[in-house]
Parts: sequence; C-alpha cells; structure tokens
Amino acid sequence: MNAAAAPAPALELEDLDVVFRVRGVEREVLRGVSFSVGAGEAYGLVGESGCGKSTTALAVVRYLPRNGRVRGGSIRVAGTDVLALSREQLRRLRADRLSMVYQNPADALNPAMKVGQQVAEVFRVHGVPRDESLDRSRDALVRVQIADPGQVLSRYPHQLSGGMQQRVVIAMALAKDPALLILDEPTTGLDATVEAEVLDLIAALQADFNTAVLFISHNLGMIRKMCERVGVLYAGTLVEEGPVANILEDPRHPYTVGLIRCIPRGGARKDHGRLDSIPGFLPSIGEDLPGCVFAARCALAQPICTSEEPAAHSAGDGHFSRCHFHEQARELPRTVAVGLARPLEVERSGDPLIRIDDVARVFRQHGSDVHALAGVSAAIWPGETLGLVGESGSGKTTLARTLLGIVAPTRGTVELDGRVLPVLARRRQEEVRQLQIVFQNPDSALNRRHQVRRILLRALRKLGDLAGERAEQRLLELVGEVRLDERYLSVRPAQLSGGLKQRVAIARAFAGNPRLVVCDEPTSALDVSVQAAILNLLVELQVKERVAYLFISHDLGVVRYISDRIAVLYLGRLMEVGPADTVFSGPHHPYTEALLSAVPTIDGGGRERIRLAGEIPSAAEPPSGCVFHTRCHRKLGAICEQQEPPLLEVGEGHLMSCHIPLDELRRLQRKAQPAPPEEAAV
Amino acid sequence: MSSAIALPDVVPTRVRPHARRETLRLLLRSKTFVVGSIIFWWWVFCAFFGFAIAPHDPTGITASTLVAPSWHHLFGTDALGEDVFSRVLAGARSILTIAPLATALAIVAGTTLGLITGYMRGTVDDVVSRLIEALLAVPLIVLAITIVVAIGHSTAAIVVVVGVLFTPLVARTVRAAVLAERELDYVPAARLRGERAPYIMFVEILPNVTGPIIVEATVRLGYAVFTIAGLSFLGLGVQPPTPDWAADISNNYTLLESGTYWWTVLFGALAIASLVIAINLIADGITQVLER
Repeated sequence: MNAAAAPAPALELEDLDVVFRVRGVEREVLRGVSFSVGAGEAYGLVGESGCGKSTTALAVVRYLPRNGRVRGGSIRVAGTDVLALSREQLRRLRADRLSMVYQNPADALNPAMKVGQQVAEVFRVHGVPRDESLDRSRDALVRVQIADPGQVLSRYPHQLSGGMQQRVVIAMALAKDPALLILDEPTTGLDATVEAEVLDLIAALQADFNTAVLFISHNLGMIRKMCERVGVLYAGTLVEEGPVANILEDPRHPYTVGLIRCIPRGGARKDHGRLDSIPGFLPSIGEDLPGCVFAARCALAQPICTSEEPAAHSAGDGHFSRCHFHEQARELPRTVAVGLARPLEVERSGDPLIRIDDVARVFRQHGSDVHALAGVSAAIWPGETLGLVGESGSGKTTLARTLLGIVAPTRGTVELDGRVLPVLARRRQEEVRQLQIVFQNPDSALNRRHQVRRILLRALRKLGDLAGERAEQRLLELVGEVRLDERYLSVRPAQLSGGLKQRVAIARAFAGNPRLVVCDEPTSALDVSVQAAILNLLVELQVKERVAYLFISHDLGVVRYISDRIAVLYLGRLMEVGPADTVFSGPHHPYTEALLSAVPTIDGGGRERIRLAGEIPSAAEPPSGCVFHTRCHRKLGAICEQQEPPLLEVGEGHLMSCHIPLDELRRLQRKAQPAPPEEAAV
Repeated sequence: MSSAIALPDVVPTRVRPHARRETLRLLLRSKTFVVGSIIFWWWVFCAFFGFAIAPHDPTGITASTLVAPSWHHLFGTDALGEDVFSRVLAGARSILTIAPLATALAIVAGTTLGLITGYMRGTVDDVVSRLIEALLAVPLIVLAITIVVAIGHSTAAIVVVVGVLFTPLVARTVRAAVLAERELDYVPAARLRGERAPYIMFVEILPNVTGPIIVEATVRLGYAVFTIAGLSFLGLGVQPPTPDWAADISNNYTLLESGTYWWTVLFGALAIASLVIAINLIADGITQVLER
C-alpha cells in the first residue's frame, strides 16, 4: 500500500444497531456501536457474556443468526460498505478480505476431512491449482510455526492437540492476507502455556503481516497484552474506549472500574479482604434503557443517569467514556468493606483431615498403560484450601476423583482422620457426607429435570439425614447461606443464570456440613463479576464452617486468592508444594515459573515469558528421570534425564522436586524477573 | 460477617413459559404432526365408537354378497354379504387395542433394559447387547410367526410376542441416550451423596431421556400396527366374525384375481396404510420438535 494515500481503516462501525426477533418482537442487542480499527491496528473488545461482543463480530461478517438483522448504522471493511454488498460480492469479501477465528478450533475444522484438504481449500477458492495449493498449505503452516507441516497436513483434526488445531485455523485465516482478522476468544479452552504460545504467535504474525485485528475477549490481561486500543461493551453499548493502558490504569466508566476490581490480582489473598463484584444483572436483551445502560447497577447513579443518555466524554488521548460522572468513576464505592474479613487460622500441628499417601492410578488406553497419577502424597488440614494447578493431562482431576472415591487408586491410600477410605461404593454414608464436590459446569452438575427445591431437599435427606419439617427449615437456612432467593426454589436450573446455578450446586455440596469440598474449576464457566461473588461465598462458607477445599483451577490469580497452600502437578507427579505466597513469590520450580510467566496480567509488563518447548508428553510414555526435563528451560544436563529428583523440603512446608539447588534457582529467577509489577492504583 | 458480602444475584428473573407448553405449541405448528394426529384420532374414535356409528351391523349379513359400492353400502359388501364400510369402522378396535398394548409392553421392558445396560456398562451390558444383536439378526416377522404358531394365537399371545420382540429395539435406543446422560456430572453428584443405582437410573436419568423414548414409542407403534396386521393377514390374529382390517383383506383377496371385487380389499388396505402413515407423521413431527 502506498504511504502517500492514507489507508482507509480496516473496520469502521458507525452507530450500528442490531436487533434480534424473539417471540415476534424485535429486541435491540447492539445500541449504536461506533468504533474503528485502523489498518494494522489491534483493537480489543471486552465485556461480559451477553454484552454483544460476538454479535458485533457476526454483524461485521454479515453472518447474524436468522432472527437477527442490522437495523441501522453502517459497517465498512477497508472502505467497503458491507451492508450494501450483493451475495456474490459478500462471498468475495469473505474469501479475500475478512477472516475469523472462533472460540473452539475443534468445531471450526471439519472432522471428516484431513487438515491438508481443508487448508488447501482456502487457496483453491482463490483459483490456485491443486498441486500448488498443497505447497502453499505447507508454507502456511510453516508461518504459524508448525515444525512438521507434512505430518500435520496428513492428519485429521481430532489427531491434533487443541493448540495445534488453533494454529491450523489461524494459518487458514491468514492464508489470504486479510485486511481484517477477527479473533473471537481464540484461546478459550487452551491451557495457559499453550494460550501464551498462541498469543505470542498472533502478536508476531500481526506485526509481520500488518493485519488489523479485532480481538474479542473477556480476559483483560489478554487484551492488555495483545491490543493497542480497547472498547468496553456493556448491554450492547460501547461505554468506554481508548488506549489500552489508559483504560486499565485510569478507567473512566464505573462498569470498567467494577470489571477491573472483580479480578483477583497483584497477589490478592482471601486474608486481605473480599473481592469486589458488580451487583445486579445484565439487563435482558431489548430492555428499554432510556438513560445510561449501566445505571441500574451503578453505585454512583444519580437521577440524571436514568433519564438522560450520557454523551461520550473525552478524557484526552482518544479516551472516551459514556458516563455523566466520568471524572468520579474511580471513586465508585466498593461493594465490600475492605479489611473486614477475618483471616482463618489453619492449625497444622494436629493431624490432617485428609492424607494422600503415594497414590498412583494407571488407566488402560488403546493397549498401553497411562499413568495419570504416579505416586502423589499430600495432606489437607481442616479449614485450609489446597490449590491444585497444572496443565490439562497433569492428573488434577484424577487426584480429586480418587479422593472422592469415584476412581480407585492402583496403588496408595487416601485417609480421612487417619482411617483408610475405600472406594465410593463401599464408603459409609458418614464418610460420603464429609467429602463433597462443586463441579466446573453447573449445567451438567444439576439435573435439568428437577426443581431446585427437589435437588436440595434430596441432598438434605441423604447427606443431612433430614426430612419433613426439619428439612424444609434447613432448606431455607441453606439457600440463605448461599444468598439464593427463596423464590428460585420452585424453578428448574435452566431458568437460572450461571452464577445462580453454581450457588445451587454449592448449597447442595454443603447440605450435610461437609469437611472437605473439592472445587473443580468452579468459576471457569462464569463471568468475572460472578466469579468474584462465588469466590467470596466460598471463602465466607469456609470461615463459618471450617471446611477445607481442594481447589482446582487454571486461573492462577484465582488460585492464589483462595489457597493457603498450593500443589503443582505435572504428568501425575508433584513438582512443588508449599504455602501459596512462597510458591508464587519464588524461588519456584522451573515448571511453576513457566506457568506463572504464561499468564498475561492486566497490570502489563512484568515477567519475561518462558517458552516451554513442545507439548506435555504422553502419560503413556513419561520421560525418564525428571519428567519435566523435555520441556525445562533450566535443564542442567544428563542428571535430569537419568535421575528422578526427590520431592525435598526446601523451606518451611515448601517441597520441591528439582535437581537445581534452591539458592541457584533463586539467583537464576531473580535475574530473569527484573522487578515485580507494581500494584495498579484502582 | 455477612454484611460485608455483596448480595449480587438477587433480582427477578424473567421466567420462561413452561417448557412443556412450549413443546406443545411447536407441535401444533407442525403440519406433519397435525395431519397425522387428525387421522390417528379419527381411527381412535372409531376404535371406541365404530360399532355404534356403523350404519349396518358389522358382524351381520346385511345384504346379498359382493354388492358394489352404492349409497346404501358405501364400500359395498363382501363375500359373506357383510357391509364393508361398517367393518372398516369397527375394525379399528382390534388393531388399536393390540398394537398399543404391545408397544407399551415393549417400551416398559425396553426402557428398563436400556437403563440397566447403559448405566451399568461392563459385563451386564456386554452380555445383554450381544443377545440383542443376535435377536435382531433374525427377521422379526418370521420370529413372530414361529412363536405365535408355537404358543397359540390368542390376543394376549400376540401382545406378548410383539412386545417382547420390540423390546431389544427400544432398549438399544434408550441405552444410547443413557450412555450420553451418564457422562454428565449430575450422575457422579448423585453417587457422591450415596444414592443407589436404581434411584440414579429411574429418578435421575429417566426423566432426561423421555424425549428419545417418546419418539421411539411412536415409531414402534407404527411398526406394531404393521406387524400385527401381517400376523392377522396370515390368520394368526383376530378370528372372524370379529371385524379386523387385515383379516378381512385375507378373507377376500382371492376375489381380486377376477378383477371385479376390488372394494372388498381396497378399503381395509387403505385403512391400514392411513393408520401407519398417520403414526409416522406424528413421529416425524415429534422428532423435529424434540431434536431441534
């Protein structure tokens, strides 16, 4: 492109109104959204689910569902009015200028076609002959840093890992050198380390090809890392827009302020205080909102907010906020009182509640033995939270399931109060009562055909041994404890929002006063504001009931917030166990170090990213010696390949399995990490 | 303590209209379902009141034999001089008694078997599934004829034979649905509060697989009509003079050779065809709505 002529923006939305017809009525989903993405720019779109992020993306490619239509405004891609195109012109635009990468790469690839055919198809659409298209497919995969493109091309999508699938999708999206690349939550469902790799790749490609990117995500840290400018969507309205650093460090809209405060970060811990959340719910689509769309949930709202639509006030530097009180936004009152929370003292001198002793579990799969757990020992004391982290395939879920008795250990024992627990079917009801679980996905964990009342009463009957009048009484107490309104008792789970469903699931787990609750990624399916409320609830229940948690999560900020101690698993082995602060502040195991460095923070800057070589090895053939040596960036040499390092105590309650002495690790890691990121002012 | 915690989620939800009513609304908008239902309920009406509304006594000799259709005998008379129109109306009763009973038996037995094999897996599943496959390898009608001939052809025998022969088919469908359900977390959640297997199967899982069961029941009913009509045609069903569509066809079809007395066979055949088609239309309508 010639530098003399100023290029048209890659994407220009003006006053875009999108409506969806639901039950015969047109409801507004996007309310006058305007923004533009300059050529070669990376623009982020954030907001909670239901705010209209994906609708915006679908409108741009003119792929709205059948009941949706653009009612007003304009969409221009590289100067072309998308809404005015004929069917054939639209097809050409999609083929040549626009690319979209969706959330789930497994869904975006055709499972019945080999990868090679699918990538080649992109070139064939452009009239490239068959032979040449294969060569170009190979080149396309090389560009996304796939080391062995020939191998990948000859496979079916299901034979590739999630990270590899997403690379293929990105390769296809970039194959035609598009003017605009839309990425809709491109790393959801990928592990933190893989996510970091994919993000690095996108950033590198964007710089190389100078492609404009519309990056849709609910993750503010990721937006900070990837984008130059960001727009915050709420209820179909762009409430704030500006350079990413300005927005995250000096937000001028109460919604943005609330969103940032919800996230546990900067080493926040449950002892320091509860998390802020955003009270209330997103308005339902098409609701009549005469004033500010956020007024109903805003603690700063004045009468003017519900009567008059706020204009876009400038805060300089291209930073706009649609708030009447944009200058006071940062003084938004906190929803929780700071410092009121009582830290819970965990007494570790006595006997532990749970003792896991050398537990191993082997699964038979396709004729080979998969060592999901290879000798894990740990203990959990009453009232404490043990955080469990590691990539998928590291054995987190198997460990939790062994504890609960759903999976029988091949070797080793689980003890409760010093007594060995049998598998679930042989446990006494008393033992069953004491160990409960909150699942990741409440949609799957609650029987969709049963009313909330029935779900909870049955749990009270089986776990609390309560029936009749006493059960009804306890039911009301229980829903009060999880802050669920009584009127929800008569509905079925489908009628509740994600956060409410998770409250029902928590109430069910607490029906019989359990002593240990396994929390298997309990907030990963929820929006951040709801996540904050659920984490607060879990902490509150812990303080009140002295319940212990085994908390599994891939979100290290969340794990750090809620955990007293942290265990890091890799290929079914413990790499490191220790007090949360010690594990996070280091010196840590090289694997922990890599995990931590992979997480993008909303404070920006911070650590150097450590690239782990390759993917997690198969548990069917674990590497010799230290299982992490194949990917370790601090590998010493032959000793790591030959000898498995023992799990030794390196500090108070801090165990690590690494050949590198602690002091050496401390020296190496201090060098790698210049200064800890400062806590943001918000 | 609790005062420090935000109370976020408590605002009114907009409760959706009841899901069951929504399903019904969608069904009534489906042309396939409505047309099928009208025909089906017409024959159900005849099953109850066919004898009452018949213009002539369906089992009595009302005129001379083999009278061609006329105003007095809409569908003519058969070789015995019985009024064909009256026999078609009244003939709905026998088929619409035996077929639903056989289907009900198959659904109850098949659902139970499907729940057990799908939930238990392991050896139980392997053994039962292999038996089912072996049974399905033999043509059903041949098996049905053999058994009915062997144990005698009372109405009860036909109900039991058809019901039992359809059981594995139902079991297979239910098992597939159960296999998908048992992967959902509410099943381990139930086990983790100490529920026994029968409770989990019948109280937790069963309500979630009613969709496929309803579809299967409708499809099976269509096949049951077919199978029972087949048995009846072979003389293994309802015996004269009780009116029965297939038996009447069987008793008169030799007359077709002359090419003149078509009315003795055509209307009974149309009745069977319309009933089977109606049931299939209903099944299609339900499938479309439930598996949207």
